[in-house]
Amino acid sequence: MSTTANDTSRARGKAPAGERIADWADGRLGIYSLAKANMRKIFPDHWSFMLGEVCMYSFIIIILTGVYLTLFFHPSMNEVVYHGSYVPLQGQMMSEAFNSTLHISFDVRGGLLVRQIHHWAALIFLAGMFVHMMRVFFTGAFRKPREINWLFGFLLFVLGMFTGFTGYSLPDDLLSGTGVRFTEGAILSMPIVGTYISYFLFGGQFPGHDFVARFYSIHILLLPGIMLGLMVAHLILVFYHKHTQFAGPGKTNNNVVGMPLLPVYMAKAGGFFFLVFGVIAAIAAVAQINPIWAIGPYRVDQVSTGAQPDWYMGFAEGLIRFMPGWEINFWGHTLVLGVFIPLVLFGVVLGAMAAYPFIESWITGDKSEHHILDRPRNAPTRTGLGVAWVTMYMITLVGGGNDLWATHFHLSINAVTWFVRIFFFVGPVIAFIATKRICLGLQRRDRDKVLHGRETGIIKRLPHGEFIEVHEPLSQEQLHTLTTHTQYAPAEIGPAVDENGVERKVTASEKLRAKLSNAYYGEDNQIPKPTSEEYKEITSGHGHH
Amino acid sequence: MSSQDIPEENLPAEQDHAHGAVAVADEENPFADPGLPPHEHRIQDIDERAARRSERMVALLFTISMLATVGFIVSYVTIPHDKNIFVFPIGHISALNFALGLTLGVALFCIGAGAVHWARTLMSDVEVADDRHAIAASPEVRAKVHADFRQGAKESALGRRKLIRNTMFGALALVPLSGVMLLRDLGPLPGTSLRHTLWAKGKRLVNMNTNQPLRPEDIAVGSLTFAKPDGLEETDEEFQNELAKAALMIVRLQPDNIKDKRELDWSHEGVVAFSKICTHVGCPISLYEQQTHHVLCPCHQSTFDLSDGARVIFGPAGHALPQLRIGVDSEGYLQALGDFEEPVGPAFWERG
Amino acid sequence: MKKLSVRRRHPLAAVVVLLLALAATGGLYAAFAPAGKAQADAGSQSLTIKEGKKLFEVGCASCHGTGGQGSSDGPSLVGVGAAAVDFQVGTGRMPAATSQGAQVPRKKTVYTQTQIDQLAAYIASLGAGPVVPTKQQYGPDGADIAKGGELFRTNCAQCHNFTGKGGALTKGKFAPTLEGVDPKHIYEAMQTGPQNMPSFPDTTLSSQNKKDIIAYLHAVDSSETTNPGGLELGGLGPVSEGLFAWIFGLGALIAVAVWVAARTAKAKKS
Repeated sequence: MSTTANDTSRARGKAPAGERIADWADGRLGIYSLAKANMRKIFPDHWSFMLGEVCMYSFIIIILTGVYLTLFFHPSMNEVVYHGSYVPLQGQMMSEAFNSTLHISFDVRGGLLVRQIHHWAALIFLAGMFVHMMRVFFTGAFRKPREINWLFGFLLFVLGMFTGFTGYSLPDDLLSGTGVRFTEGAILSMPIVGTYISYFLFGGQFPGHDFVARFYSIHILLLPGIMLGLMVAHLILVFYHKHTQFAGPGKTNNNVVGMPLLPVYMAKAGGFFFLVFGVIAAIAAVAQINPIWAIGPYRVDQVSTGAQPDWYMGFAEGLIRFMPGWEINFWGHTLVLGVFIPLVLFGVVLGAMAAYPFIESWITGDKSEHHILDRPRNAPTRTGLGVAWVTMYMITLVGGGNDLWATHFHLSINAVTWFVRIFFFVGPVIAFIATKRICLGLQRRDRDKVLHGRETGIIKRLPHGEFIEVHEPLSQEQLHTLTTHTQYAPAEIGPAVDENGVERKVTASEKLRAKLSNAYYGEDNQIPKPTSEEYKEITSGHGHH
Repeated sequence: MSSQDIPEENLPAEQDHAHGAVAVADEENPFADPGLPPHEHRIQDIDERAARRSERMVALLFTISMLATVGFIVSYVTIPHDKNIFVFPIGHISALNFALGLTLGVALFCIGAGAVHWARTLMSDVEVADDRHAIAASPEVRAKVHADFRQGAKESALGRRKLIRNTMFGALALVPLSGVMLLRDLGPLPGTSLRHTLWAKGKRLVNMNTNQPLRPEDIAVGSLTFAKPDGLEETDEEFQNELAKAALMIVRLQPDNIKDKRELDWSHEGVVAFSKICTHVGCPISLYEQQTHHVLCPCHQSTFDLSDGARVIFGPAGHALPQLRIGVDSEGYLQALGDFEEPVGPAFWERG
Repeated sequence: MKKLSVRRRHPLAAVVVLLLALAATGGLYAAFAPAGKAQADAGSQSLTIKEGKKLFEVGCASCHGTGGQGSSDGPSLVGVGAAAVDFQVGTGRMPAATSQGAQVPRKKTVYTQTQIDQLAAYIASLGAGPVVPTKQQYGPDGADIAKGGELFRTNCAQCHNFTGKGGALTKGKFAPTLEGVDPKHIYEAMQTGPQNMPSFPDTTLSSQNKKDIIAYLHAVDSSETTNPGGLELGGLGPVSEGLFAWIFGLGALIAVAVWVAARTAKAKKS
């Protein structure tokens, strides 16, 4: 490297400017070593691998538009009288935060567009993270060595929820104010410390005069700062681990097959940023979001029906809506279970997702690296658990919108709530069983395909009158792809007597692990993939059946 | 990241036998990896005219983007910010928002579409395989690092000089307390402020709508009225904080419809005043059904029966809405006969 | 109800309606003539009541009793006033279907406005109650839209949503949407409190307040309302926004991603 640099510096004046700048930078930053490792980095092509990019780009869009919005937004709860150009609010008392948001929406040219891009991008950012996380989950991409990156991604999702929530609260409109009031109620429900935390957060009684300013610094500085750091770390790890890939001919656990970063992915990924931005800008042009002028300024004694948070908090909303009103009073204290249990469940449901990779790796005991993705059907128990989790999440979302379900489907709101109460428990179980059945069925089909070939749809009549469907043997590529996944044997509890004949105590955790392992990989919980022997026996015995 | 020296236990039943590409399927392994399929040419790779078409397409997309940006600037300058237009099927919308959004969207989208089309049709599409390397370090490196660390730790004498170690840990553990202390002034201590509202004996009930004190005869059976304490004005510094606890919901029931004795005692000729703040998490609850006397919270659907002491009959609220004892003063106006007997709004630990 | 609909299909029904309409036009003219109500001919007034009584006996008495005193199937109408009749019949809620769900929905009006006026006059004659508001009361002149908005959020939005899109009540009941509802009917609903809606009598929500609310609703919830940002998405808030973001936002982006990641078509080997 250094010789090249010396060569070019000698040939000064002749080398193109770009090269000279690169040399200059290399002398100070060592960019050539970096580029050597990364410039022709290989990325596999698959649409689902771009979901993470959707998130990253919408995050960048949110930051760009957010910075613009800070130029006009006043994070203050001082009450002012509105004199702007939106007639139905003129003369009304409102906080400066609300006033300046109206100003952005009606009096700053393009302000409304930027606001709408910001908000739409936020919804899409979180939806993207959710789908991205599901992709990683169902393909088993969270396995070693990517558990830490799974946690980073999980943290990004959770922090994204709270960043979104604090942002949603900033305009101090009637809808978000109702959400903040709910937050206060939820904090108050925490045993022992709740009242104090609430008073510290709101600077005294609700709503106080401080929360907009405090949420503002949390929303624009604290949380996005952490998220930016996590996102960079997430990306570095993606680069470092190299991307996972689906099984296929030539794709092994020791390589990654795809196109180089320069030029193909530079163009594709770079172009994708503009595509994402373009789509979101177009959405912001045609679809209105959070019309705070129609919602009105926040006042503690006003409310509207259909008061919901943005979708990513809808799951928390659902938990709180279907909870029965339990409250325990004792020794002069109140334990507000009706609010506190949902608060805990919120953490537990999300935490289960975060912990899953570690649980699975404990059950399998597998310490090797996995770079080839699982097809969801080849991990039936994991897929079943994932679908059960998603079902639970979706049912709580239904609960979060129970009033709209009631009005739009002409149902009783009480009936919808009861449905959610029951299906929060029953739904995941049904989903788990059904999913696992389907996965096993698909595994059987794969097995049949490998052993008997593909059904061609061509019906043949044999000389003695029998009709058969012609099965076409699979290509070598397909055979390989369908049989390359790993299958675990259920873990067994080791011998209860060690080699010296001393009795060993079998721990409860060992027993649990054996049980779980059996549930994952035991008989009937996965279909053994065809072995070479089976294949040879069938292909040699069958002729062309 | 994780050490590799732990012997692998419980390995997959059948190790991934296809590791390391095997070129052909042999007798032993019919499922062997045939390796990467040969590269197939795209039409643009073999037909220069097709490649030209792609080139023109990419250039066209970039040109559209430039035009759209010009359109954005023109829209920004020429369209008044308060101009509304009707666009089917969207409805009456702001012309400026629509024009800026669409031109910006097109300008950005076309850059992206151009770049991707370029990559897809004109850049090489030969698939390349890149080797992966084990992430965990080799045993030699691992041993070296451990040795270095032990050396460093030994040279620091941290393990030997316990006094240094303990005091250092002590100092580091204590110093964040300063930061925690600084948070103290984020807000006052709750004290008993959650237990008291502005209501007091003799305070008149003022109609939220007209800002006039209410008389019992103003309130018809089946009607719904909201009230605040006399003297609390919208312009007051503490208006929101006080109203958040003091907001009232007033309805009139036929006295013989009131099932709860205390409710009847605290009413005035069937006029009952309940806190408007839901006991669940504090939404202003007021979806009053005048025939059933139920009041529903729009946030989480807690339902209270106003004819039965505002008892909870559905939903996540844990206790009844507090009732305000009311009467009539010498001039015939409704007045409070004291503060609420219990804290209003959401429950909290110290509520009891 | 049934009887009425049978009669409506009678060949002479059109003639009857036409005659009634003619009579009503005359009556209306009399009502709106500069002379005003006070000087309205007592004779035509009693005629209207008489006609109303006839209509009532045919269409309403089966539930509300022959004298409007109510029965097990319908409440007493003594003292509900003309405004309640004008609202209930004018919005098609009355006459109600025999088997109704949780609440009686708005539907196509069965009677002409003249017939409604006659019915209203008859009911009003049974006992004093809120009268049908005049255009002066619910019209836009002199209304303070912003004050109306504040009043709407205090008194109405909890059931009818920020901009009057409606919402759920307990056990299948609901607050209906206010879009496209005649201002007169909105006024009457506030005055009389139909079904489970509480009333907002003039003593607590003044006539001017009601006018303000109606003007506000016209500004934010009518076909002329501007939604500067684009599609209103039902005006339902974050739920519909979230659905839109998932289906059209993320959906479009995934479609784009599929295109970006897809293999370019290969030249055919032939």
